[in-house]
Amino acid sequence: MGKQTALYAQHQAANGKIVDFGGWDMPVHYGSQIHEHQAVRQAAGMFDVSHMTIVDVNGPDAMAYLQRLLANDVAKLKEEGKALYSAMLNQDGGVIDDLIVYKMVSGYRTVVNCGTREKDLEWMAKQSHGFDISLTERPELAMIAVQGPNAIDIVTQLKPDASELLANLAVFHGQAKGNWFYARTGYTGEDGLEIMLPEQDAAAFWQALLTAGVQPCGLGARDTLRLEAGMNLYGNDMDEQTSPLHAGMGWTIAWQPEERDFIGRAALQAERDAGVAMKQVGLVLEGRGIMRAHQTVVVDGVGHGEVTSGTFSPSLNYSIAIARVPVATGAQAQVDIRGKLIDVRVVKLPFVRNGKQVFA
Amino acid sequence: MSSIPAELKYVASHEWIRVESDGTVTIGITDFAQQQLGDVVFVELPEVGTDVEAEQDIAVVESVKAASDIYAPLAGKIIAINDAIVDAPETVNEDPYGDAWFFKMELANAADLDDLLDAAGYAALCE
Repeated sequence: MGKQTALYAQHQAANGKIVDFGGWDMPVHYGSQIHEHQAVRQAAGMFDVSHMTIVDVNGPDAMAYLQRLLANDVAKLKEEGKALYSAMLNQDGGVIDDLIVYKMVSGYRTVVNCGTREKDLEWMAKQSHGFDISLTERPELAMIAVQGPNAIDIVTQLKPDASELLANLAVFHGQAKGNWFYARTGYTGEDGLEIMLPEQDAAAFWQALLTAGVQPCGLGARDTLRLEAGMNLYGNDMDEQTSPLHAGMGWTIAWQPEERDFIGRAALQAERDAGVAMKQVGLVLEGRGIMRAHQTVVVDGVGHGEVTSGTFSPSLNYSIAIARVPVATGAQAQVDIRGKLIDVRVVKLPFVRNGKQVFA
Repeated sequence: MSSIPAELKYVASHEWIRVESDGTVTIGITDFAQQQLGDVVFVELPEVGTDVEAEQDIAVVESVKAASDIYAPLAGKIIAINDAIVDAPETVNEDPYGDAWFFKMELANAADLDDLLDAAGYAALCE
């Protein structure tokens, strides 16, 4: 048996099929992951993401420390509450993890992946040498993502004390109300919230959301939703052996100001000077068959690549994938699916945003 | 918990076998199998008239999560396939022992039926 979140009893009561996920007992679905996926695209769904790791960074050197630690630049966070997506790189430019950092009233809050928790905490502690900062993990906070076109309205009705906060909360910002923290972020490509709250409040809030008609969603729907939204999954689409420049994360690298010496900068600069060999693309297979991670992509006359995440898209009703391919790849490729080379289209990510197809 | 009807026969690869009154057999996948797969989104079936060996992979079922081969539980000839599950793969999740049968076979050797698991034997495998 693995670790359980404060919502484990709710998952069991809702007939969640429990699987091991990075040492946690988490629901993969509650009956049908396709139904859960559609609920998020069309109405509202909720995810227990309490397994994710929240680390607060405080102290006089917090900003300088994060400017060294992260490939994106927290100096962009001018106002309180603004969030930033960033890679945390090693010296070779490999991706240790991807994370979100919020600028808080004092200091910063980071949310990192659960599967990488130990190495992240170790790395963050090691890099803090010489900086006057404190790193505080917040395991006493649960986290519930409420996502979908109706998500914010429903939370507003359930939490009248936060209605003004929610009405003024801009996309990719977070604000605290008492010991709850509401962030307008997510991993689905829909509008919605990620709410960090004391774990003793989690079960009652989950129950209230359920009564309000919000669909509980498991890891299965979380994966198809993020894939349609063209969002990376750590461990699939990038890892320590992957350059962020090969994984569609170039936009998260803050090259300016040039004197900011973030970890991994020299390696990325050398790679850029030599010419980046691979790029991240979307693949679409409108016929039969489903692309899966690790299948080989064959680009005629150019070379080979790899599917890093692939699935059936419940919104589009055919298979989509995220792949790493040679930069010269054009609009067509083939994928080796169970020994057969199948023609696929190469498209720009994402596939779906706010319930609608967005690629051509 | 998954349902395991007593009147059916089973193989360890999670197919069920129903012996019809004319001696032919109808084959599908078990409730346990569909639960493990999750939402089924594609089914590929063999051609009618194909001669198959026992344990030969002759069909494919793909869920959102993974692709799985379906095996012929016995040697014989495919005499019918269920095109309805190709058009409506979700039937495999909804009615695995009824509307979502996969194919029917004429057996090469009726005595092979003695090698199949009964419901109790299959239930022990799923624990």
